[in-house]
Amino acid sequence: MRLTEAIGPKLRDRPMMNPAAPAIRRALTTPPAPASSFPYNSGSLLSVLDLTVEGVSHLLVRATELEHEDPIVRDRILAKRRIALLFYESSTRTRTSFELASKALGADTTLVSNLSSSIEKGESLKDTGLTLRALGAEAIILRHNSSGAAWLLEETTRLPVVNAGDGMHEHPTQALLDLRTIMTQLRPGVAGVGPETLAGTTVMIVGDILHSRVARSNMLLLPRVGARVLLCGPKELLPEQAARSGPGIQIERDFEAALKQSQAVMMLRIQAERLAGLQLDLEEYKACYQLTGQRLAALAPEAVVLHPGPIIRGMEITAGVADGVQSAILEQVTNGLAIRMAVMERALTTATGGRA
Amino acid sequence: MTALAICGGRLIDPAAGVDEQKDVLLIDGRVAEIAATGKLKSRNGAEVLDATGLVVTPGLIDIHVHLREPGQAYKETIATGTAAAAAGGFTSVAAMPNTTPVNDSPEVTRWMQAPERGAQVRVFPIAAATRGSKGEAISDYAALKSAGAVAVTDDGRPILKDGMMRETLAAAARVGLTVIQHAEDTRMTQGASMNLGPTSFKLGLRGMPNEAETSIVERDIRLVAELKDARPHLHVAHLSTAAALAAVRQARRNGLRVTCEVTPHHFLLTDEHVGLYNTHAKMNPPLRSAADREAMIEGILDGVVDAIATDHAPHAMHEKEVEFELAPNGIIGLETALGLSVRWLHREWRMPLGRVLSLLSAQPAALLGLKGRGTLTVGSYADVVVFDPKVEWTYRATESQSKAKNTPFDGWQMQGKVRWTVSEGKIAYASA
Repeated sequence: MRLTEAIGPKLRDRPMMNPAAPAIRRALTTPPAPASSFPYNSGSLLSVLDLTVEGVSHLLVRATELEHEDPIVRDRILAKRRIALLFYESSTRTRTSFELASKALGADTTLVSNLSSSIEKGESLKDTGLTLRALGAEAIILRHNSSGAAWLLEETTRLPVVNAGDGMHEHPTQALLDLRTIMTQLRPGVAGVGPETLAGTTVMIVGDILHSRVARSNMLLLPRVGARVLLCGPKELLPEQAARSGPGIQIERDFEAALKQSQAVMMLRIQAERLAGLQLDLEEYKACYQLTGQRLAALAPEAVVLHPGPIIRGMEITAGVADGVQSAILEQVTNGLAIRMAVMERALTTATGGRA
Repeated sequence: MTALAICGGRLIDPAAGVDEQKDVLLIDGRVAEIAATGKLKSRNGAEVLDATGLVVTPGLIDIHVHLREPGQAYKETIATGTAAAAAGGFTSVAAMPNTTPVNDSPEVTRWMQAPERGAQVRVFPIAAATRGSKGEAISDYAALKSAGAVAVTDDGRPILKDGMMRETLAAAARVGLTVIQHAEDTRMTQGASMNLGPTSFKLGLRGMPNEAETSIVERDIRLVAELKDARPHLHVAHLSTAAALAAVRQARRNGLRVTCEVTPHHFLLTDEHVGLYNTHAKMNPPLRSAADREAMIEGILDGVVDAIATDHAPHAMHEKEVEFELAPNGIIGLETALGLSVRWLHREWRMPLGRVLSLLSAQPAALLGLKGRGTLTVGSYADVVVFDPKVEWTYRATESQSKAKNTPFDGWQMQGKVRWTVSEGKIAYASA
């Protein structure tokens, strides 16, 4: 071979016992990844991991307090503070809920969506964020179709950024409102949470886990307050790696076996818009994973049924179950309002958040 | 006559098997004399570089860089890219053809080498394997070779069709050119922006499976074996997976001409370095798992890996300051390759310095057939780097000679600092 000739026997044909071999065995540690500087603003909520369990507990307590607060008193908490809602994806629940929550605290809100703004003309997320800041926005609520977008926006604007869903990644306020719903149903009368509050409780999340930011936020949050998370779904929508996302997460592919173990059942929509060429037999999916009245009555007659919406009736869940007595789907929506009040209060009144 | 004498240093010339105190005299772009310290016969009138305490070695050769000209001068120019090369100790760089237009013609190949480009070190164009890198019709290899192309590739747009790759290997072998493959089955990586694994799941990013690389490497090796009589030379660019490395190792055992390069980022970083969507850790192939990274180090140490190449891929600041999925792939690397290789391969993992330098000069020169480069013997090109192997320093991207600053190594400790880079007898870089 030409290479051998050119380089000479000295290099290539040196005996293969390698003087470095013992050294590598010892020293193959990766140079550590740099520590994260996020969040830059302590008012931000980018991930459920930005919150301590204490912080989660405080938000739950404040949500209840704010819900019961005299509306006139409540209206002064963020009076005239300016909050921008920046939405790159369509949304009914989340957008309206954030907007009503902000307004309930007296804040002024403005909505910028990708379809009716300069984003259509090619303005970058960074420039859009800086523009909103220059217009006086003190906090930005961001919904974006790209995972990680909230981190970019926070780094470039240094404003309190609340992640209202980034791609397939996280949706922290959804996980908080799901936790509030589970608490109300399974631990009535308990206001706050600690590391063991949901000990002995199994919450199953069913369906399109791969594309779900709701699933990711919930599987990172619920085990920290003691719950066991059971993921259920076909291989295409639930890769094995999911169980390695954090502690307290397990996979049970048999829907009925999972149902038997669960006190809360969280159904997810198949995200057709994110399937990206994945072929899925929907009839087979329904046969295996649809939550029907029959299955629920037989296997989990006491369990609370959740769904982050939008629900596709007759697909992942039957109309009967969605409207049935075990369903807490609309309660989730109402809880969202209370949780988002607490989150926006935190965003604009913590040490470095907003004007303080 | 211009003459330069480099005196008092430790000459390490792996190709010649030299590692001792020697003085080197360079006259008119060539090595004129090598003698024991203080014993040069004809140094009268030569400018003297005092290399006492320093290592004198053949100028480094990077066989995988993107200089962005023609057409993307806002990212980098041949002048700025080669200035970064000189600062990093490189005296030869092989430039990839994914420019605008794609370098698939003798005209562009010559344009890149013209003196007007202001190159600080030697630029060896690598031409497109197929016209427009579209994977449909092969370029004119004979004409490209006589214009100065040293290899062919469709880097970034891998040749997927078996028949086209077979034709490429056969045609390149006929004119004695190496075929460089960016091994990625793009049908498996649609919409993906990092390595497929627990980290990509956690970050909610679509992942590139290892099989996208290994399946193409295995396919290419099969084609090389089928064309055995024509002796094609396949070079696997920026290899990143353990299985692909194993395939190369096996191909070599079978006597095939298959070589590979590994980048510093693939032997130092893993997909966890993506952190929270750091676009300076986004490249293709992506940073892989810890197991793959360890395999890269083992491959380097045991000699399967033939070269360290940087895949220097400059991008403008605004292009990287976007959503992770939208950011372009690639990082710059010319100024950090030596410092990282000495710091980690030599100091940390105990690879003899001569072998580290061989991966950065002698072996890349040999695999692209760059005659008179990668060695310092009388008559060879006066391409020399003089560096202090002991000095530790901190790399600052803002001080880079490149137009671009996109690097995950900003603030990293380096070992080995370039004092002088001499390209064909001229000082192309001198540190302050």
